[in-house]
Amino acid sequence: MNLLLDSFTVVAVTAGLVFFLAGTVGLLRFPDALTRLHALTKADNLGLGLIVLGLLPQVPDVVSALKLIAIWVLVQFAGTSASQLIAQFVRRNEPGP
Amino acid sequence: MSLLVDLVLVVLILMAAVWTILVRDRRDAVIAFIVLGLLLSLVWMRLYAVDVALTEAAVGGGATGLVLLRACARLLPVEAEGRLPGPGTQIAAGLLSALAAAGLAAVVLHPPVPYPSLAALAAENIHTVGLGNPVTAVLLAYRSLDTLLEKVVLVLALIGVWALTPDAFWGGAPGSLRARHASGALDLLARVLPPFGVLVSIYLVWNGADHPGGTFQGGTVLAAMWLLVMMAGLRDPPGISLKLLRRLVVFGPAVFIAVGFAGIWMSGWFLSYPPDYAKPIIVAVEAALVLSIAVILGLLVAGPAAEPPKR
Repeated sequence: MNLLLDSFTVVAVTAGLVFFLAGTVGLLRFPDALTRLHALTKADNLGLGLIVLGLLPQVPDVVSALKLIAIWVLVQFAGTSASQLIAQFVRRNEPGP
Repeated sequence: MSLLVDLVLVVLILMAAVWTILVRDRRDAVIAFIVLGLLLSLVWMRLYAVDVALTEAAVGGGATGLVLLRACARLLPVEAEGRLPGPGTQIAAGLLSALAAAGLAAVVLHPPVPYPSLAALAAENIHTVGLGNPVTAVLLAYRSLDTLLEKVVLVLALIGVWALTPDAFWGGAPGSLRARHASGALDLLARVLPPFGVLVSIYLVWNGADHPGGTFQGGTVLAAMWLLVMMAGLRDPPGISLKLLRRLVVFGPAVFIAVGFAGIWMSGWFLSYPPDYAKPIIVAVEAALVLSIAVILGLLVAGPAAEPPKR
């Protein structure tokens, strides 16, 4: 059972890291601000989400698990709002079509 | 493996530090400084100094960065952009900086052996104040006088900022912090996040007795929530002559000083706590301080009054 949980952690955290890697590559390689934001939010949402999911079997009690989930939800919320603000700023400052 | 992580961190910090100095634009320099603060908090985590890491992230990166950004927006473009000081000044500044760095390096790299430390004593006597977190024990029991003076300094800093108010505006409100363009996202964030922020702030203070966390971190989170509400334009900064506001500013330090004098009467020394009631007293002082820190930090960011007082 422990082996199963541990392998789940390894797989999920690794998958999360892949999203972070892809997000970082996108941030560096994509041509403009909006597509870069798109890449970043993938790292925030799915990357962190998968890492939190992977860490859940390792926590000692329910409260710690809830704290981890709360961290993910708060990062989601803050990240989404910040992305919206940056995107709105970009839209205002670019010449209209 | 952990050595690799540390090396990467060190390289990133050096890059952020150099970037902070080299970049020409003031606002870019402040943003680089905020990045530097966040990276430094990671270093404190690596050193297992979680309390310092929390403070660095909240105060060093967050609150200080915000104050500096506001200052940037406020400053007139007086500096001659692109004009460098003469080579003599540059070389002198470089030499003095190198000297200071060498002195610091000498101190850090060649500590006296055995290293002078009060850590063992602090850990040994922690039961007398009823706390589990040695950092909080140092801040609010062993060295409480330092902490008290630190809070008084905060009040003085706010008085200093308010002193910049032009006569005509004295007693009025600081300029609105509202973003120039309304944003649904910011509005939503400012409506939904504050309850959670308040909860996190209380958690940090309450937890600070036995685990990493504490007054300053909690107060900064609380101030951040207030600033978020002001930036979204849901509330504007209050007038600086508001009685309630001024009472909140001095409330924490006043409670702390009152507890200090009560200490003379109860156990013989200024700021000494009777052992049986040490923990409740410390938690009460912290609760009072959190409110004052939050209000002071919020007002520091809001700045001096920029509108005539409402009659």
